[in-house]
Amino acid sequence: MGLLKNLRSSISRAASTLFSEEESKRIGIYGPPNAGKTTLANRIVRDWTEHGDAVGPESHIPHETRRARRKENVEIERDGKTVSIDVVDTPGVTTKVDYTEFLEHDMEEDDAVRRSREATEGVAEAMHWLREDVDGVIYVLDASTDPFTQVNTMLIGIIESQDLPVLILANKIDLDESSVQRIRNAFPQHETIPLSALEGDNMDEVYDKIAEYFG
Amino acid sequence: MAEVKQPDGVQIDLISGERMDGLASMEKIRMILDGVRDGNIVILEEGLSPEEESRLIEVTMTEISPDEFNGIEIETYPSSESGSSGLFDRLMGNDSNKKLTVIGPANRIETLHKDETLIQTLVSRT
Ligand SMILES: Nc1nc2c(ncn2[C@@H]2O[C@H](COP(=O)(O)OP(=O)(O)OP(=O)(O)O)[C@@H](O)[C@H]2O)c(=O)[nH]1
Ligand SMILES: [Mg+2]
Repeated sequence: MGLLKNLRSSISRAASTLFSEEESKRIGIYGPPNAGKTTLANRIVRDWTEHGDAVGPESHIPHETRRARRKENVEIERDGKTVSIDVVDTPGVTTKVDYTEFLEHDMEEDDAVRRSREATEGVAEAMHWLREDVDGVIYVLDASTDPFTQVNTMLIGIIESQDLPVLILANKIDLDESSVQRIRNAFPQHETIPLSALEGDNMDEVYDKIAEYFG
Repeated sequence: MAEVKQPDGVQIDLISGERMDGLASMEKIRMILDGVRDGNIVILEEGLSPEEESRLIEVTMTEISPDEFNGIEIETYPSSESGSSGLFDRLMGNDSNKKLTVIGPANRIETLHKDETLIQTLVSRT
């Protein structure tokens, strides 16, 4: 078993040096708005690329990300092995967008309407990517909120129906009100890894799991 | 679908699995969204497949427009053994993913409580 695994990994390592262009798996970072997807994407890119420019802006206002953004060939090193992934940060998925909610964040009506229109286009695009263009999913949840939502249930179901490997991340564990167990209870069929993308807590385990799931 | 709307009531469309079986995915989605956009609550006896749910979200997004349509609220029970229905089951039509599904306009339906076995929603008239 161990031997076979070693053999396989050395073959895949040889292959990855030969075909490094094609080897990258496209990993979509999905989850509801405001979960910390972009914060995580930025951290991954900052940790593993030389000029770690941000993937996109982070904000406490929902629907900050309204276009799927890809960072290619991010090489994560684990146990002397390199795992290359394309990180795709996606707009937070929802079934409803009400522009008047943006007005509460001190936004002008024009801007709120535009944000809502871009948000709906972004969510539609994210669903499309999920059906056609990703090889694996990192599902990010804000551990300080209730994970038992319809969007989470549906998205996990959609991901499972496509047999995509999925890693569930319980983000924002730096917050007192966070509960990792609540997420484990909601999705017992998957492994849940706790982290704080903002503070950088437990990132080693996150990278171990990324390598294990998507390597 | 025939409209029998009371002036200040809420119309509920209960759609049987049998009726849905005869429809293509996009026809199902059209039927749901047409009902919801008329202000109705649509209840599906057997729900949608994950693929159809994904398209429902996508089409809903393309139809949202300010002051007119805010999108949908949808509720189903989480499948307890997700992904457990094998190819054989699927071929035989024993799809364990069939689940009661409630869909309504986001501005009129509010989820009060949800767990594995109970969903409580509040439907407002306007
Ligand atoms: N306390 C805490 N806050 C976090 C953490 N990760 C992200 N945040 C904050 O949560 C908010 C949302 O973060 P984003 O990364 O923009 O969230 P997102 O999931 O990309 O959101 P959308 O693009 O709108 O879907 C920001 O204010 C972040 O600073 C965390 O680990 N802990
Ligand atoms: Mg974002």
